[in-house]
Amino acid sequence: MKIDWIDVGDVDDIPIMGARVVRSADGDIAVFRTADNSIFALYDRCPHKGGPLSEGIVHGRSVTCPLHNWVICLETGEVEGPDHGCAAQISVSIDGGRIRLGLPRASRAAHG
Amino acid sequence: MKEKLILIGNGMAGVRVLEELLERAPGRYEVTVFGAEPHPTYNRIMLSPVLAGEKQFEDIVTHDRAWYAQNGFDLRTGTRIESVDRTAREVVASDGSRMPYDRLVIAAGSHPILIPVPGKDLPGVITFRDIADVDAMLAAAGSGRRAVVIGGGLLGLEAANGLLARGMTVTVVHLMATVMERQLDDAAGYLLRRELERRGLAVITEANTECIFGDGRVGGVRLKDGREIPADLVVMAVGIRPNADLGKATGLATNRGLIVDDRMVTSDEAILAVGECVEHRGQSYGLVAPLYEMAKVVADQLAGRTDSVYQGSVTSTKLKVTGIDVFSAGTFGADKDAEDIVFRDAARGIYKRIVLKDDRIVGTVLYGDTADGARLFQLLRSSEDVSAERDTLVFGPALAAGGAAPDPIEAVAALPAEAEICGCNGVCKGKIVEAIGAKGLQTVEDVRTHTKASASCGSCTGLVEKLLKSTLGEAFQQGSSVKPVCGCTTYGHDEVRKLIRAKELRSIPELMQELAWTSPNGCSKCRPALNYYLLCEYPGEYRDDAQSRFVNERVHANIQKDGTYSVVPRMWGGVTSAAELRAIADVVDRYQIPTVKVTGGQRIDLLGVKKEQLPAVWADLNNAGLVSGHAYGKALRTVKTCVGSEWCRFGTQDSTAMGIALERATWGVWTPHKVKMAVSGCPRNCAEATVKDFGVVAVESGWELHVGGAAGMHVRPTDLLCKVATPPEVIEYCCAFLQLYREEGRYLERPWPWIERVGIAYLRKRIVEDAESRRALHARFRHAISFTQKDPWAERAAGAAAHEFSPLAEVVA
Repeated sequence: MKIDWIDVGDVDDIPIMGARVVRSADGDIAVFRTADNSIFALYDRCPHKGGPLSEGIVHGRSVTCPLHNWVICLETGEVEGPDHGCAAQISVSIDGGRIRLGLPRASRAAHG
Repeated sequence: MKEKLILIGNGMAGVRVLEELLERAPGRYEVTVFGAEPHPTYNRIMLSPVLAGEKQFEDIVTHDRAWYAQNGFDLRTGTRIESVDRTAREVVASDGSRMPYDRLVIAAGSHPILIPVPGKDLPGVITFRDIADVDAMLAAAGSGRRAVVIGGGLLGLEAANGLLARGMTVTVVHLMATVMERQLDDAAGYLLRRELERRGLAVITEANTECIFGDGRVGGVRLKDGREIPADLVVMAVGIRPNADLGKATGLATNRGLIVDDRMVTSDEAILAVGECVEHRGQSYGLVAPLYEMAKVVADQLAGRTDSVYQGSVTSTKLKVTGIDVFSAGTFGADKDAEDIVFRDAARGIYKRIVLKDDRIVGTVLYGDTADGARLFQLLRSSEDVSAERDTLVFGPALAAGGAAPDPIEAVAALPAEAEICGCNGVCKGKIVEAIGAKGLQTVEDVRTHTKASASCGSCTGLVEKLLKSTLGEAFQQGSSVKPVCGCTTYGHDEVRKLIRAKELRSIPELMQELAWTSPNGCSKCRPALNYYLLCEYPGEYRDDAQSRFVNERVHANIQKDGTYSVVPRMWGGVTSAAELRAIADVVDRYQIPTVKVTGGQRIDLLGVKKEQLPAVWADLNNAGLVSGHAYGKALRTVKTCVGSEWCRFGTQDSTAMGIALERATWGVWTPHKVKMAVSGCPRNCAEATVKDFGVVAVESGWELHVGGAAGMHVRPTDLLCKVATPPEVIEYCCAFLQLYREEGRYLERPWPWIERVGIAYLRKRIVEDAESRRALHARFRHAISFTQKDPWAERAAGAAAHEFSPLAEVVA
């Protein structure tokens, strides 16, 4: 599948140690900003029970799911600790403070 | 005949090219240098010490006129080149004279950025870029005068420090939340700010400048929040942008800067560029090391080594403020595979962070001890595999050679002797340390027996243990009995709270630094706890950190299993009206809310509300007078009541009115865990008050107050606290109880386990027997609640935290 890089907004649109959601045809995407201003994107579904990861507390390079406190690694989407599972990742590129997501071809962004 | 080389720009980058050229091909060119400034070249980096009075201008001149003459360079200072005639290969000076060239090097430097606010052109507004700016600042400086520096980056802080050294009162206003945010992370930014403030600098962060005001001359700075800071001098130090003016005027390819390829050649083969004016692979630099690296390549090219290329620079920064050691290099963001090594030594004010990727250093921040900066920067630049020394990397070569790693116990060791360790019995650190030494105490139990420290509520046990450890050293054997808050620390909840007080810690980054947290920014266990403890300790002063709150408290609704939310409006004492019910029914219809349910606490719950609907739902509920019920918070949830003496044939008191009054007096305050209350109008107890955190049962002669009930997974009847006569007493005792729980309960500990831990006798002593203690608790409760009794729904319906409720973007297939 071909990938298009879609501009979804500015790094500063996301709170530090927070996340925002990008709506897509394939489901919501959670875009995270860590304390060191790294940006990560995962599909907004916890591998456990589908909880919205975008609502979790971001710490280091992890997020804790708000439903049952599973901790997900933002870098890999893998569940940390004793549990197992993986949230699907989306590629991110940052250019001049703009965030672009690597999405299947023929997607366009409409800013909310 | 010799080729003619013209250098435009007599700054550090340009002159470095000449030096490098002398090493490679002396005498190859006939060189003419044009400098717009009237001086020979000087070390621009050292302007800060000149401003601070630590150096004179003469000390920072690097190349005097004799140097140019000796090397046969024709130096023309105070002459500005206006344009370049590329067809004729001639430069045109401001006086109209022309001069031919074979090769041209542009080193035009940068412009300071002026933020476009009203008043930016007033006399007394100065940038910080060259010696003329320093002279202008010194002319306006003077003991007792006031300066505002706009910009808390490297340059701004250096300017501020210089003006402070000249006896001025200096305020730094900075747009971002932490100073030097481009080079430092939160922790180092906090340490730097603390040190600058200790020196007398005022620092205002998240300060958006609205205008510079003044009548004919600078009078001060007004911020967007309305604050005005009077000033005799305003320094704008918000950054620089490449000076691409000449390139643009000449038709060379420019973007933000003058574009060069890897050979440092512009879009015209005869013209090269170097320094801050260039843009190379989309990047411009404002630091000296990259300029020197570029200068080497330019000199190579001029000397005919055409295969020499510049491939961009990794930069490092050092703050040039005497006595403050800060070092930063590389990146500490935007990389998915990087990992952190963090070291904190709170007692010595040291913070070190090394960012690794694939066992190689990609970034580092050092504060307080920068001795290792050069070594780490070298490892970073050489991209050396550091896996072998990974474990000791952050301690420096000393440890690898056998030195000892500092102990996190130092935070306790560093407390002053008069710091109170045991609040219950008023025992300070000095007394405990003295007793350990004089009486040969070995265990916490010994200390308890001899000093009474930790003999009452026991919350200081961990601190006493650490004192024993730091006093006895190796001789102390006992393992820790305190459960840490989380994996980020060895301190328990009670210790953290006492240290917040003893060390006056005021923010999460400060606390993590001072208490030697082992993670860069905590975890989902400790952050909400710390946020609560700080909020409780500094009501009205501490700024609530939304990112350290669980989603429910951040968005003021309860998240459900499908990601939708439930909304519970407050119904005071469980009493509602036709108008409220109608408004709720309308909201349910309008937003097609799937489920309406009556809760166990006598409230109405609207389930299945989508997040983006929340502000509109709240606005409609607000219009009917309904406010947040805090069903989502570690806060007062509900006061359940029965109908009492108003209607009930058995009722002895007006329990409904009592419940409403209690709820009005206590809603909106944050507590360690949720709090449920109830008021029953007679001992039949229809409101089930004896399984609540605070329950009131009316009797003929007054009110019984019960505490510590539970009816969840664990069922526990309340303990009777006392009996009081009047409704105002009920409220005073209740507020005192809640405040004691707020101050001494551990985060996520319900009142009942707290009471089992400290004993009901302790509560009776603090709330019932000691009237002064009760009144003080009540007063502190009133003070705290005065800042938080605001309807969070109304604030959000009016637009607060709007980013919470809208998607960042929508991507359509």
